[in-house]
Amino acid sequence: MGLIVLAVLVFSSVLAAWMKFLRPRGNFSELISRIKAWWIMAAVFFGAIAVSNRISLVFFGFLSFWALKEYITLLKTRPADHRALVWAFLAVPVQYYWVSIHWYGMFIIFIPVYMFLFLPVRLVLARETAGFVASASQLQWGLMAFVFGLSHLAMLLTMPAINNSNGRTLLLFLVFVVEMSDVLQFVWGKTLGRHKIMPTISPNKTWEGFLGGIITTSLAALLLRFLTPFTPLETVGVALLLTVAGFFGGAVMSAVKRDFGVKDFGGLIPGHGGMLDRVDSLCYAAPVFFHYLRYFHY
Amino acid sequence: MTARDLVQLTIFGLVLRPFLALFIGLRVRGREHLPVIGPFIMVANHSSHLDTISLLGLFPLRQLPWLRPVAAADYFERNAFFSFFSKTVFNILPITRKKITTDTNPLPRMQAALHAGQSLILFPEGTRGSGEDLGRFHTGAAHLVEKCPEVPVIPVYLVNMGRSLPKGEWIPVPFFCEVRIGAPQKYQGNCREITAAIEATVRNLRDS
Repeated sequence: MGLIVLAVLVFSSVLAAWMKFLRPRGNFSELISRIKAWWIMAAVFFGAIAVSNRISLVFFGFLSFWALKEYITLLKTRPADHRALVWAFLAVPVQYYWVSIHWYGMFIIFIPVYMFLFLPVRLVLARETAGFVASASQLQWGLMAFVFGLSHLAMLLTMPAINNSNGRTLLLFLVFVVEMSDVLQFVWGKTLGRHKIMPTISPNKTWEGFLGGIITTSLAALLLRFLTPFTPLETVGVALLLTVAGFFGGAVMSAVKRDFGVKDFGGLIPGHGGMLDRVDSLCYAAPVFFHYLRYFHY
Repeated sequence: MTARDLVQLTIFGLVLRPFLALFIGLRVRGREHLPVIGPFIMVANHSSHLDTISLLGLFPLRQLPWLRPVAAADYFERNAFFSFFSKTVFNILPITRKKITTDTNPLPRMQAALHAGQSLILFPEGTRGSGEDLGRFHTGAAHLVEKCPEVPVIPVYLVNMGRSLPKGEWIPVPFFCEVRIGAPQKYQGNCREITAAIEATVRNLRDS
C-alpha cells in the first residue's frame, strides 16, 4: 500500500518536473507546491495510522478539531453563543472517546441526539433570542459534518477483521480512493473539461472531470482491492459511490465557502488551502463508506 | 537570569506557545516588522486577555524578560494571587489609571523602563473593548512618544481575540486569531496629533 502511494507521488513529482522541463516558461508553481504538500500529507497520514490506534485517534480528533475551528471562525457568531461554542468544541474529544472505547451505540447518537438537544438549551440559557435559530443550526451543522462525519474515519479502525482486511486496511482504501478521486477529477477537468456541472458553486467541476474521475478511480480502486472484502464488481460500485459522495462533499463545502465569501477555509496546507479544503470530500465519503460496510459486510 | 525569568520562559515555552500554535492557531502577518532589538513601544487594540499572551508569544523566549506589558494596577493588582501571577508570567508594568498624583504618575515609570532597555506593550484604548469596533485611544502612549521620540512605535492590530476570549469569560473558544504587525513608526507633533496618528495607523491595519 505504502509502495503504491510512494509510486504515485514519485510519478507525479517526476511528471511535474518533466512538464517544467518541456515548458520552462509555464507557470507550474501551484502544481509543484500542491505535490509537495501531498508528500507531507501522505507522510503525516501514514505516520499517524502506522504506529498505534491511540495515535490515529488523536490524529483524527485533531483533524475534526481543526476543521471545526476553520468553519466556526468564518461563522457570524454572537457574543451570546460563547458558552455553547465551548461545549461544541468539547464534543470533539468526547466523540473520539466513544470511538476509543468502541461504544458504537453512543458514537452514533451522541452528536445527532444529545448535542442536538443540549446546544439549544445552552443557547436559551444565554437569554438572547435574536439570531437563536441561526446559531443553533449552524453549530449543529458544523458538528455533524466535521465531528460526526469525520469521526467515522476513526471508527473504521475499530472494525473487526474480515478475511484479509481489517479496519486499518479499509481506512487506507477509503482515504486513498477518495483523495485519488479528488485529484483525478481535478486532472481530467483541467485537461479535458468543457461542460461545467455547477458554474455558480464550483466552476472547476466539469462533466469530463467527473466521468473521467469515476472511470480512473474505479481502476485505482481495483488495484487496491486486496485491502477490502469486495468482489471486483463490488469494488467498482464502491468506487462509484465514493466518487459521487466525495463530489457532493466538495460541492457542499464550496457552497459554504461561497456563502461566507471566501476562496479557501484557511492557509494550513500550501497550494490546497485550509484543512477543510482537503477533507471536504471525506466528510461525505467517510460516513457513506462506513455504513455501506456495516450494512453489507458485518 | 532570575527565578522569575525562568518561570516565565518555562510557562511560555511549554504551555502558552503550544496553546497559541495548536489551540488558537495564531496567524501572524507582517512578522518582518517585528524588531529584533529594543527598546520599542508596541501599541495594539485591546479586546481580550489573549492580546498580551499573543503579543508576548511572538518574540523569541530569551527576549521575554525585556518586554513589559503596561497594565492597569487597579485590575491586575486587585488581589495577591492575581498580582503575583501577572507579574511572574507576564512581567507587567502596573500603572495607575485613576486619581493620578505625582507619585503614581505612570509616565516616569514607563520612561525609566525604556531607558533601562526594556520595551513596552501598550493598549491605548485603556481597557478591553467588545472587539467589534476600535475604542477611542487615550493620550498616554502619545505622552510617552513625545518624551522619547527616538523610540520606534510598532503598531499592531489583533483580530478575533475578543471573540475567542471576551471580557468576563474564562474559557477561550478556539477561533483562529491573527496578529497584524505594521512597519515601525516615529511620530512628531503635539500629544493630540500623535494620539490621532497612532489610532489611524492601527485602524489602517484593521482595514488592510
